Amino acid sequence: MSYEVIGISVLWTFLYGYLIVASIDFGAGFFSYYSTITKKNHLINKVIVRYLSPVWEVTNVFLVFFFIGIVGFFPSTAYYYGTTLLVPGSIAIVLLAIRGSYYAFHHYGEKGNNFYQALYGATGLLIPASLSVVLTISEGGFIYKYEDSVWLDYGALFTSFYSWAVVILALVSVLYISAYFLAFYAKAARDENAFEVLRKYALNWSLPTILASVLVFFALSDHNPEHFDKMLELSWMFSLSFLFFLGAVYLMWKKKHLGVAFILVMLQFATAFFGYGASHMPYLLYPYLTIYDGFTNESMAVALITAFIAGLCLLIPSLYLLMRLFLFDNKYVQGKK
Amino acid sequence: MFEYDPVLLSRILTGITLAVHVIFATVGVGVPLMIALAEWMGIKRNDEHYRLLARRWARGFVITVAIGVVTGTAIGLQLSLLWPNFMQMAGHVISLPLFMETFAFFFEAIFLGIYLYTWDRFKKKIYHFFILIPVALGAMASGFFITTVNGFMNAPRGFDLENGVLTNIRPLEAMFNPATPTKVAHVLSSAYLTTAFVLAAIAAFAILKGKDHVYHKKALHLTMTAAAIFAISTAIIGDFSGKYLAKYQPEKLAAAEWHFETSTEAPLILGGVLQENNEVKYALEIPYALSILAHGTPDAEVIGLEEFPEDELPPLVVHYFFDLMVGIGMFLAFISILYVLFAKVRKWNEWNKPLLWAIVAGGPLSLLAIEMGWFFAELGRQPWLLVGYMTVEQGATTSEHVDLMIVLFVLLYIVLCTTCATVLRKMFKNNPVEKELHDRGME
Repeated sequence: MSYEVIGISVLWTFLYGYLIVASIDFGAGFFSYYSTITKKNHLINKVIVRYLSPVWEVTNVFLVFFFIGIVGFFPSTAYYYGTTLLVPGSIAIVLLAIRGSYYAFHHYGEKGNNFYQALYGATGLLIPASLSVVLTISEGGFIYKYEDSVWLDYGALFTSFYSWAVVILALVSVLYISAYFLAFYAKAARDENAFEVLRKYALNWSLPTILASVLVFFALSDHNPEHFDKMLELSWMFSLSFLFFLGAVYLMWKKKHLGVAFILVMLQFATAFFGYGASHMPYLLYPYLTIYDGFTNESMAVALITAFIAGLCLLIPSLYLLMRLFLFDNKYVQGKK
Repeated sequence: MFEYDPVLLSRILTGITLAVHVIFATVGVGVPLMIALAEWMGIKRNDEHYRLLARRWARGFVITVAIGVVTGTAIGLQLSLLWPNFMQMAGHVISLPLFMETFAFFFEAIFLGIYLYTWDRFKKKIYHFFILIPVALGAMASGFFITTVNGFMNAPRGFDLENGVLTNIRPLEAMFNPATPTKVAHVLSSAYLTTAFVLAAIAAFAILKGKDHVYHKKALHLTMTAAAIFAISTAIIGDFSGKYLAKYQPEKLAAAEWHFETSTEAPLILGGVLQENNEVKYALEIPYALSILAHGTPDAEVIGLEEFPEDELPPLVVHYFFDLMVGIGMFLAFISILYVLFAKVRKWNEWNKPLLWAIVAGGPLSLLAIEMGWFFAELGRQPWLLVGYMTVEQGATTSEHVDLMIVLFVLLYIVLCTTCATVLRKMFKNNPVEKELHDRGME
């Protein structure tokens, strides 16, 4: 495997990690707020806060990892995406900033401040929408190049059927992934009331998720036929994804093996996400930039991969410790610690 | 009215973001160490006051960490958004330390989460203390890695330039460039000094307000003793930094000192106002001091600004930043050493009002010194972005709307900082030490 492929695989894996942990986090923020206005917060808030509190900072790092990593392995992406994404990128930063800090203000400072919680809940849905713009424009058709400059065509972006389909998919999958995880967590906490509410959320968001996925397929075949054809060659991955989806819904319906159900959800998104990524290759930005253009120096690639492996040796045991202490320590989850 | 100039606007926005971030980043590097000191004392002396001190510092720390994290994310992304041409070129070299900084931060974030939620979970108190070690180390390592990037921009090494592309990259040589040792040491030491002073200022203020609980005196003693040690180390490292500048970036040192003509036995200029024709008025001159600062001997030759082409000169305003930083540093060293002396001699009262007020002033002043030091360091390498290789004009974005983004971010930072201050104030006001001691059954 070439360094380019290793590089993009590492980054794609991190983006997938962010997709899962951030979805849980974003969705939890929304559900937490939604349950407050529908007066169900006494049922589910405890479960959400007990999970979120020790991990809220960790989520952000996955994202930072991805955008530092991509500039490291593929410095030319800084030129194309950096120049064109000034406005959407800045908006995403502002949303992330509001969300991150107001979580801390709300939970460690003034508990029960509804305004802080509203900010936290609303940004939870706006961030996935604003971040999904990057995936949209990587398909081409929105960025133009003329002489020494590149720019983003906002008119084309906002009127594109494809870009809206991606936004919808981002929103519903956030709620879907999050509800599955929280339902599993509530069950582990033996909090039956919370579980019932969250199970309903999970099942309610299942159908929209799969519909939105189909919608994106459909929109992409129109927007970038070349990419769509490549996706068809990998159709087994997407079929597998659908089977995982069926399994997850079945288990949730039967209220059985919820840990397995969440793993199936993770696999559902893993197969779809990596299938999408693999068929996108070799382009980082269609049609201007491939993973082979402006790839970093070989010595730097080796150094980055070495640092990455060394870092993982530190990270994996630490993450394991974090999960042992908070996620899979039943006494903690049940509120006895 | 104003002409749209993305270069200037990008500089302003980057400057604002960093000016906000550096406050929270400095505290973020320093506080874990102070918490560790307090908890260690608490365990060693079996004194619950110190453990409560650690607990209360940690609670306030989380609020500042949140802003440190989000402004850090902001500057991380703004590097690519505002300086895409720079990142395309230098990304080949600086990505390794940036990547490792993220790892260090990841590590810190994980253990900070664990630390905050395991106060009474372990049977042996020392286990909880152990969790803080990776937090403090992670904070230090982030400070280290990110400062090597700044060092690289000041003293680029470890690559060859071929047709505008950096090739033959030697990552370690780039990271351990000549600027790295003094920069890293100065950043870490001054962060510890600043944090110690900010926390001391809080304790001193409580004592001045008439709170006479021994808890506040213990807090003051711990923080001021630490401050005295870090003030001395910061001053020594500052001297090394001066010698580094004289050797590798003489134009920066010359601009800081308004040293126009190359000469031996160069005097150090304190304060003053620069007139037209580069004449300095109202300044205090210390003979030989610049030669000593630059090379260690009074008769050494110091290179002046005249040796450099005019379009490569840093702005002369950096002199004020430099003087303020050094002045405050001296003040902090003087006050903290004085406190230690007063505490040592039995007859003297270390809680006398003027000294306590000076300590209170030291808190905000130390933060100001951090800002001044960074303004000096960054403006002092103008017009370069990558000294000797790329000017700021060549690195900036060509994108539109940078002006709007400045408005957006200024609003954001104002809102974040005000809420942070309000939340912190309320947090400690509604739950004073005396009440918490009582509630926990320690009194």
